[in-house]
Amino acid sequence: MTVRIFVPIDSSALAVGAEAVARAIANEASMRGADVAIIRNGSRGMVWLEPLVEVETPEGRVGYGRVSARDVPALFEAGFLQGGEHAARVGKVDDLDWMHAQQRLTFARCGVIDPLSLSHYRAHGGYEGLTRALAMTSSAVVEEVVASGLRGRGGAGFPTGIKWRTVAAAQSDRKYIVCNADEGDSGTFADRMLMEGDPFTLIEGMTIAGIATGATKGFVYIRSEYPHAFRTMRRAIEIARAGGWLGADVAGSGCAFDMEARLGAGAYICGEETSLLESLEGRRGQVRAKPPLPAIHGLFGKPTAINNVLSLASVPWIMAHGAPAYAAFGMGRSRGTQPFQIAGNVKRGGLVELAFGVTIRQLVEDFGGGTASGRKLRAVQVGGPLGAYFPDALLDTPLDYEAMLAVKGMLGHGGLVAFDDSVDLAKQARFAMQFCAIESCGKCTPCRIGSTRGVEVIDKIIAGVAPEQNTTLLHDLCETMTDGSLCALGGLTPMPVLSALTHFPQDFERPAGARHAAE
Amino acid sequence: MTMQGQELSDSFDEGRAVRIIAGLAHLEGAMLPILHALQEAFGCIDPRVVPLLADALNVSRAEVHGVISFYHDFRDAPAGRHVLKICRAESCQSMGVEHLVERLRMAHRLEPGQTSGNGALTIENVYCLGQCALSPAALLDDEPIGRLDETRLDALVLELTGARA
Ligand SMILES: Cc1cc2nc3c(=O)[nH]c(=O)nc-3n(C[C@H](O)[C@H](O)[C@H](O)COP(=O)(O)O)c2cc1C
Ligand code: SF4
Ligand code: FES
Repeated sequence: MTVRIFVPIDSSALAVGAEAVARAIANEASMRGADVAIIRNGSRGMVWLEPLVEVETPEGRVGYGRVSARDVPALFEAGFLQGGEHAARVGKVDDLDWMHAQQRLTFARCGVIDPLSLSHYRAHGGYEGLTRALAMTSSAVVEEVVASGLRGRGGAGFPTGIKWRTVAAAQSDRKYIVCNADEGDSGTFADRMLMEGDPFTLIEGMTIAGIATGATKGFVYIRSEYPHAFRTMRRAIEIARAGGWLGADVAGSGCAFDMEARLGAGAYICGEETSLLESLEGRRGQVRAKPPLPAIHGLFGKPTAINNVLSLASVPWIMAHGAPAYAAFGMGRSRGTQPFQIAGNVKRGGLVELAFGVTIRQLVEDFGGGTASGRKLRAVQVGGPLGAYFPDALLDTPLDYEAMLAVKGMLGHGGLVAFDDSVDLAKQARFAMQFCAIESCGKCTPCRIGSTRGVEVIDKIIAGVAPEQNTTLLHDLCETMTDGSLCALGGLTPMPVLSALTHFPQDFERPAGARHAAE
Repeated sequence: MTMQGQELSDSFDEGRAVRIIAGLAHLEGAMLPILHALQEAFGCIDPRVVPLLADALNVSRAEVHGVISFYHDFRDAPAGRHVLKICRAESCQSMGVEHLVERLRMAHRLEPGQTSGNGALTIENVYCLGQCALSPAALLDDEPIGRLDETRLDALVLELTGARA
């Protein structure tokens, strides 16, 4: 009987040698005359175990972690085709604590199936959401998404269904669905993993969005730093079209919806929705003033629903299982699940999908296993480069939109970056300003000039030059940026800076060199 | 997508540029797809494409120029035969990427934004590659590299530049 072996094709797995592993397994199998089928799946999100090879056995899929091409002959010797014992064996993957403790709705299929196989997709519940949506009126679909409580996963947390209502109500000869796959935040990779591991979920979500709002054309705008995700999305779109799931008559429903994948060109600001629309239209990615809202006056001036990858990819589950089932997860006004991303200085980095309300500490310490360096954990930055740095005392804060705001932070796209005690928060604050200066679209002065001034002022503080006056100046500068910026790049850069100043003042008090020498 | 590492034609070919532009001009918002295709074909955005693009897309030359200069991806001169993009963002900082950059400087005399003397390798900064659970991360041409360390970096530079560390 053919043994099915899964070797991930997710770019994280490729980044640590999965391609060579797949080749070595194919070679070894043919040398031994073993009957195997190698399936290239996405990642399970246990990135620390990549390349994670899985062998299908009668008891379930057995995993072998951190496999290198050199290990392959020994794995065959150990009888891994029957799930045999070996140092790399981690056991049945579905039973691992890391997987077991999660609530995988959006990522249920990711890492399980061949990302480009429509038959795998359908066998695992794919297109059930769309099928149900097609049997409903478009306004009922919108109301289902409203009732689920789904809020935008791109950072701002705006209710997705409400946005769709506006687009649905707008009168126009043409409307668009735009998927924001610019994922520029450090510490985040969920959009990428989903596009590489289960792209049809995003296609299905966008198709449902199109049917709900009356939009017939979709674009996925993918950052150019993600060449693999771009290729996978492009192929998946072709496959869906060939399968009749995209085009003039979606699944024989008479509804039209088609889409294209587009590549960004290396600009963080193009993740901001109006800048992204400018970029799609072929212009400089400069932020537009709102109003008008993109929902009314969006791409090419037409009503446009612009949503993050995860917002759109949550919709098929919601439509298949119903709004109440989704809304049953979560806390307060944050309903459903969030794919959290654990990154930075942790032993076990990866993606964990859980209901809102899990704490920072549970993710970084329980799932993440503490620091990779073995040193003391000192700070966790939540929500990307515009998010706050939290000290140990705040790590028990639950991750939900409102709870994060209450501690002067934000959830952003759900990324957590851990730092050990070698971190210098004054340097991190400086980097936040520098990043803003590099990525500013240049439209408003507080952001464009303020960020450069911010770097200079922090340099002075670090150097011990008139630290008190300069710290006051830095606070003033942050206030100007917060109040006077057109978008959240300039407006939120003060967040990491002020969190560093508030929670780690000692890092600003003495020059870094002197502090480390004294410790 | 920039396909560094593949063969670059060093001479600009206007006929070919015109054909590339004509082949994509029908797209909605054709500017970026065309610029990516031109860079893939010629290794950079030659200034001679500006009037061609302006004509094809019915916009001013100033606007075309503005777009090209806005995006970090578009180069005005070809890169080295290989491009190593090193992630300098927070997650990779937390895992010591700055030491690797220092290593490039001290041991290999390579600096982000520069190309090795023999034109073999360009080093660039990038801010997050979505490989933050494998920091420090890099992208060599289009291939991701995770858990980059000094040994691996030295070997890569040696292999790609043919130089001794
Ligand atoms: C500087 C900046 C960068 C942003 N980057 C992203 C991004 O990479 N991906 C994303 O989905 N949203 C990003 N956003 C948020 C978008 O502007 C917008 O709120 C989002 O695409 C809406 O989709 P959602 O409601 O589904 O979250 C960014 C916003 C700002 C101000
Ligand atoms: S805050 Fe910065 S990025 Fe945002 S519009 Fe102003 S200049 Fe552009
Ligand atoms: S921060 Fe370096 S890969 Fe994300």
